[in-house]
Amino acid sequence: MHSMLDVTLHLTVSQLNQHIKDLLDADELLRGLWLEGEVSNFRRSTAGHLYFTLKDAESAIKCAMWRSAAMRLQRLPADGDRVLAYGSVSVYTVQGQYQFYAEQLRPLGAGLLYMRFEELKARLAAEGLFAAERKRRPPAFPRAIGVVTSPSAAAFQDILRVLRARWPMTRVVLAPTLVQGEDAPMQIVGAITALNRHAAALEIDVIIVARGGGSLEELWAFNDEGVARAIAGSEVPVISGVGHEIDFTLADFAADVRAPTPSAAAAAAVPDQVEIRAQLAGLRDALASSVQAGLQAARQRLAREEDALRRLSPAQRLQRDRQRLDDLFYRAGLAARSRLALRRASLDSYAGRLAALDPQAVLQRGYAVVRRRDTHELVSRRTQAPAGAPLEIRVSDGSFAARAEEQGAGDSV
Amino acid sequence: MAERPVDELTFEAALAELEQIVMRMESSELSLDELLSVYERGAQLARHCGRLLDEAELRVEQLDAGA
Repeated sequence: MHSMLDVTLHLTVSQLNQHIKDLLDADELLRGLWLEGEVSNFRRSTAGHLYFTLKDAESAIKCAMWRSAAMRLQRLPADGDRVLAYGSVSVYTVQGQYQFYAEQLRPLGAGLLYMRFEELKARLAAEGLFAAERKRRPPAFPRAIGVVTSPSAAAFQDILRVLRARWPMTRVVLAPTLVQGEDAPMQIVGAITALNRHAAALEIDVIIVARGGGSLEELWAFNDEGVARAIAGSEVPVISGVGHEIDFTLADFAADVRAPTPSAAAAAAVPDQVEIRAQLAGLRDALASSVQAGLQAARQRLAREEDALRRLSPAQRLQRDRQRLDDLFYRAGLAARSRLALRRASLDSYAGRLAALDPQAVLQRGYAVVRRRDTHELVSRRTQAPAGAPLEIRVSDGSFAARAEEQGAGDSV
Repeated sequence: MAERPVDELTFEAALAELEQIVMRMESSELSLDELLSVYERGAQLARHCGRLLDEAELRVEQLDAGA
């Protein structure tokens, strides 16, 4: 502290403001804290930065939130909102103003709720309630679908509409319940339990737990610990369809299948009849073409057998044999006729030769057979007919007697 | 393989059997007799499925409070 008496030790405004800034910047607490207050004088600059005042009953502090942090907000705060803000305190030296610079902003109620949500989620996850191994696939063609929701809400009508369009070949068993408020968690748990109890009798193959979109507070019933445990412990597989695409409740983590909306949950529960009809048509076609192919193959086999049969048939054989017979006869005939001709030729030749050898023919030609009248020996030599020998001469028409004359005459032939 | 009457089958069961039949027929290990009788069954199953699809109407019921 400077003495009032020494005016030479004076500071500039800049120096003073910097001094204050340094002081505040050095403070541990002021570097990061959660601040609770009500928003007022809220405005958004063209650059996207937020400027507002946070106040309580007695005090106020100016706040700023830069665009980079403001972008992450789901909703911009409005005057009158009670908020929880996380940030730091520093000095805007230009105006000698200390301000709270917010990095995060949450509606007060939601802020606390959110922290409870995170805490519960961590605890249940540690127990293994959300483990992937626990999740079961709902059956493809559920006989009945249990629905846990409010019958008067649009979510239920959305579910019915989707089911009617995709797969009306099923039943809906509604277990009506409140879907927000203090009594909701207890009713939701009761509904899930009742559906499980009746599952066998009513053939309930899958349960849908559904609620339309809303704020964290409105969806809070589906972050209830009891509800999460009931869903995780359900014998019947559970599909959750709570809120919008970006909402993730504990019910969603506990369910076997998480769908972003009630309509999507209904779509996940059943097949699409358009696809199934196409599949059926394909099977019908395959059936028809298979049987056609089979019949065709059988027909071809039959034709081949008939062919073979024809070739082997007695009628065929008979025809063939008859033909062979005819052929043989013909050839036999040819052979016989030629043999006959040959024989005849031989015969003729023999006959001819025979005829030529006929003694009568020889005699006709002028030859004579000479015998001795006394001994009947055939005379073929001169010595057999000395002079005076009695002879018998046979010519073509008979014989006459003769006596040999002197030898030597008539040597010429 | 004992066969239940086609009428008694659920859609799911009928569709599954139909798929089996088509597989068997396409594997071409069936005699002509078997092929024709299996085709007949397949045609019945397809008709049954078609009928179930066409006649389906969503039924909605409610659990009694305190059930």
